[in-house]
Amino acid sequence: MGLSSEEWTAVTLTLRVALVACLCALPVAIAVAYLLARRNFPGKALLDALVYLPLVLPPVVTGYALLILFGRKGVIGAWLEQFGIVLAFRWTGAALAAAVMAFPLMVRAIRLAFESAETRLEQAASTLGAGPFWRFLTITLPLAFPGILAGFILAFAKALGEFGATITFVSNIPGETQTIATAIYTLIDIPGGEARALRLAAVSLVISFLALLASDVLSRRAAPGRRLSHD
Amino acid sequence: MIEIAVEKRLGSFNLDISLRLGERVTAIFGPSGAGKTTLLSLVAGLMTPERGRIVVEGRALFDSHGGINLPSHRRRIGYVFQDIRLFPHLNVAANLDYGRRALGLPRQAAEMERVTALLDIGRLLKRRPSTLSGGEAARVAIGRALLGKPCLLLLDEPLASLDAARKHDILPYLRRLADEGGVPMLYVSHAEEEVRQLAQRIVRIDNGLVSSAD
Repeated sequence: MGLSSEEWTAVTLTLRVALVACLCALPVAIAVAYLLARRNFPGKALLDALVYLPLVLPPVVTGYALLILFGRKGVIGAWLEQFGIVLAFRWTGAALAAAVMAFPLMVRAIRLAFESAETRLEQAASTLGAGPFWRFLTITLPLAFPGILAGFILAFAKALGEFGATITFVSNIPGETQTIATAIYTLIDIPGGEARALRLAAVSLVISFLALLASDVLSRRAAPGRRLSHD
Repeated sequence: MIEIAVEKRLGSFNLDISLRLGERVTAIFGPSGAGKTTLLSLVAGLMTPERGRIVVEGRALFDSHGGINLPSHRRRIGYVFQDIRLFPHLNVAANLDYGRRALGLPRQAAEMERVTALLDIGRLLKRRPSTLSGGEAARVAIGRALLGKPCLLLLDEPLASLDAARKHDILPYLRRLADEGGVPMLYVSHAEEEVRQLAQRIVRIDNGLVSSAD
């Protein structure tokens, strides 16, 4: 497709950022979704609201909050820097921004899967001697797998296109934090950049489309035995 | 010897049952809504009684005075549910093997062979639950519960979902299970014929109370 090396860098960086963001967010999202779907505890409404906050907050506010918390002078950022971890203006920071923005979508899909997965099968497992953790591992998790996969892909697609929080938190540095979205933003402002902007937009379209297609195929294949209970 | 004395309140429904059972197969017989399934859930630990005591072969599973309440996965009570509840994402062999793996026991090929032969499910091992007929699924569910090495087997109307012809196909397996299974059984049913064929003792319950035990 004749992408320049700078454009290629933005494409591979975007994929890396989105993948790392989603892989890191997944275990947390599974735990939070399980808590919200199955447990009652004090402060549940608060956790619920906190998780979905990035969905409704202006992304620039989320990015600014990340900067305050995770910037080099931020509460968490300064602490992390003692261990040599710097997030601000690094690609890892872009991954954090993408993870935070994609998190609500991931949790929502997985939570639905846990809510619809039937506790009667967990009861059956329990009478066969399976303790809570083994039940979760062998029954709850596999039965929720299509939902977990759907949540992952949805979050991945969201992370690919994340813009506002990313540019606020880690700026738009070619080769370090410049993703497809922020690269397009830059190109639109450059005289004669429209053609390149369009090319990147096309790449972005193809990747997102492939991700959604993959999610559909995978979830169809995931659990043939579950099809009945999906109807 | 099985000793059950439980009280449970569910909304306006009250269950208050006291039984001492020494027979191989005891039938719990009564109309729907009598509290039969509730009684099994209490014994299996899927529900907690307000008061009472459940002792199986000298082992206290629940005792409100002694503060004992074993979680269901530590009770070793096999349960064949009315709605069967095979794990849809596992094939028949993995369903049968589930209890052994959950308990971390060594593989026992002979026991697996004995149970699959007893219930005639050996040729189903590679199949998924969704491809089984109602009768096959019921037999696999019985085998799965049996292979979990229970000290008491609860069967909740395992034939209820089957038509008359299928019931007649399965009854012989249940009789063999009663004779050769080596596990005491509590068999819940509202069908008199099944009960007479299988049980040495019949306990009638109605509206949460024992109405007669012969």
